[in-house]
Amino acid sequence: MSVQTWTWILVGITFTLYFGIAIWARAGSTKEFYIAGGGVSPLANGMATAADWMSAASFISMAGIISFSGYDGSVYLMGWTGGYVLLALLLAPYLRKFGKFTVPDFIGDRYYSNTARTVAVFCALIVSFTYVAGQMRGVGIVFSQFLQVQIHWGVIIGMCVVLFFAFLGGMKGITYTQVAQYCVLIFAFMVPAIFISIKMTGNPVPQLGMGGTLENGNYLLDTLDELHTKLGFNEYTSGSKSKWDVFAITCALMVGTAGLPHVIVRFFTVAKVRDARKSAGYALFLIAILYTTAPAIAVFSRTNLIETVSEKPYSEIPEWFSNWENTGLIAWTDKNNDGKIQYVAGNALDGKKPIFTDERGAHGQRIIENGSMKTANELYVDRDIMVLANPEIADLPNWVIALVAAGGLAAALSTAAGLLLVISTSVSRDLVKMQLRPNISEKSELRVARGSIVVAVLIAGIFGIYPPGFVAAVVALAFGLAAASFFPAIILGIFDKRMNREGAIAGMVVGITLMLFYMIRYKTGLIGVMDPRPASEWWFGTSPEGFGTVAMVVNFVVSMVVSRMTPPPPQYVQDIVENIRIPSGAGDAVDH
Amino acid sequence: MSNKKAKEYWSKNLRYLAILLSIWFVVSYVCGILLVDQLNTIRLGGFKLGFWFAQQGSIYVFVVLIFVYVNWMNKLDKEYGFDEE
Repeated sequence: MSVQTWTWILVGITFTLYFGIAIWARAGSTKEFYIAGGGVSPLANGMATAADWMSAASFISMAGIISFSGYDGSVYLMGWTGGYVLLALLLAPYLRKFGKFTVPDFIGDRYYSNTARTVAVFCALIVSFTYVAGQMRGVGIVFSQFLQVQIHWGVIIGMCVVLFFAFLGGMKGITYTQVAQYCVLIFAFMVPAIFISIKMTGNPVPQLGMGGTLENGNYLLDTLDELHTKLGFNEYTSGSKSKWDVFAITCALMVGTAGLPHVIVRFFTVAKVRDARKSAGYALFLIAILYTTAPAIAVFSRTNLIETVSEKPYSEIPEWFSNWENTGLIAWTDKNNDGKIQYVAGNALDGKKPIFTDERGAHGQRIIENGSMKTANELYVDRDIMVLANPEIADLPNWVIALVAAGGLAAALSTAAGLLLVISTSVSRDLVKMQLRPNISEKSELRVARGSIVVAVLIAGIFGIYPPGFVAAVVALAFGLAAASFFPAIILGIFDKRMNREGAIAGMVVGITLMLFYMIRYKTGLIGVMDPRPASEWWFGTSPEGFGTVAMVVNFVVSMVVSRMTPPPPQYVQDIVENIRIPSGAGDAVDH
Repeated sequence: MSNKKAKEYWSKNLRYLAILLSIWFVVSYVCGILLVDQLNTIRLGGFKLGFWFAQQGSIYVFVVLIFVYVNWMNKLDKEYGFDEE
């Protein structure tokens, strides 16, 4: 059977499963809608957290980015797993004990202030939107690939599907759907990895195969290093980023992970404090399966790609190459007119993306108008396609290729649904219920929640169609924002009894403003008005992705200084802090 | 609950955190980033050691850390009578 047929079958089966679960676990009350009724078992919660967490960026982009950046890609691996340690040790048990629905809820109560709550709501919205934009893009890439449509149609189809899940099920439906999605995505990620590992190194465990030997007895990593050096790239196992920048990015990603609202809210859905702790452990274990496999895939696919295309005539290149060329994610310009593909260091294009004309060249390749004559590199490969194209490049059976598409969809959909729920909760609960209309009925609150999901999906979709950059790069910035805003306020709220309203608000406002400023100045630019400033002007050589670390430190300092200059929090708040430090008597997450 | 007991419980908790977070810092930031070049001179099979820590080792250690923490805290809760059963 063809890849196309297999994809329809596998995507069809998995989607039927998700729809079935979503309908079975329909939410009736606000409590079910927000936190799944608060009685999810630690293992199920761990699986849901893992699916929520492992997004299109983890599944589709991460291995690709590592594949193209080698050691530098480690920041994502350490950053996105190390944050769970912080989460499990410093946040999850206490927030569970505190027992509210959302992060702004915690901030509003702990800092006895509606202003603090509002600031937190806006931070949550900014973080979640930045993040969800990356997810929608991921959904678009997968849909466009398997339906063979343009990317913006892929995004629109994805929007409809996400809307259905989030709308119907709320947190309860989403949690159980995510359990299923975890199983699908991890299976889809591991199968091709195991296949390729056996094929290349003879070792069925990809984590070991990565350090294994090829048929000729040479170590795989050494071979790749040699290939890289020969073609003028940096050695794969050494980085090109400065140590400080690697440090800063890793730290921003770790802290950001611990501060992401859609991840934190997960720990409100279990019954007890000890379950919250255990659940974080399960979640990281389940995540680690994918995260230790991704760097192996990166190495396999990088080696395969170079060996398949380098110095090969275009006419003899396998079919996957032209398929991806048709979607615009691969481009080749025959700069020296020898009909062969030269893949060496340097940007093959003027600008970031290829601009295609309608014409075909002498060898049948699509002609692009922005091939750069400054470098000898003739090949452009979009980093986002590495995981999707990997099974094809390695010549695996069709059903495996189809499986990857189903897995990518599971990953992107589960995360997008979780995020959209956080956005709608922020609006319906933290804004409308807690501030604008406190006596709103439960029914109308649910209506507001569902209505805000629709709006959120539309905005996210627009971001997905006109993305500010690579999927993972956009997502990486969301972490900087979370690190710069929430993390210090939550940590200090638990570990510093003296921290007060004034300190926390000042810290959050300064932190997120600084981060936004830096991001706009050096990464995204102000659309239509200003282009981003060049990397040579970065402060202390800190990239926008790593700047969250600096903004977080500034947040901490501002909070500490301001809080010591203003009156201490009232006694009852200090008692709350004493209380959340002790696990017993957690009870249900309470409605007000 | 007595205040003294709660204080003692909390300071033990903080000590556990300090131990676990030090290990967390060493495997990732020290072995995976700061000392990566030095460690890369040592081989672990097909891996250079620093590279291995950055892309594999640190993640394994993270998982172990959380389960050790869960274990320690459950014991501590029992010891001080703060467990929820």
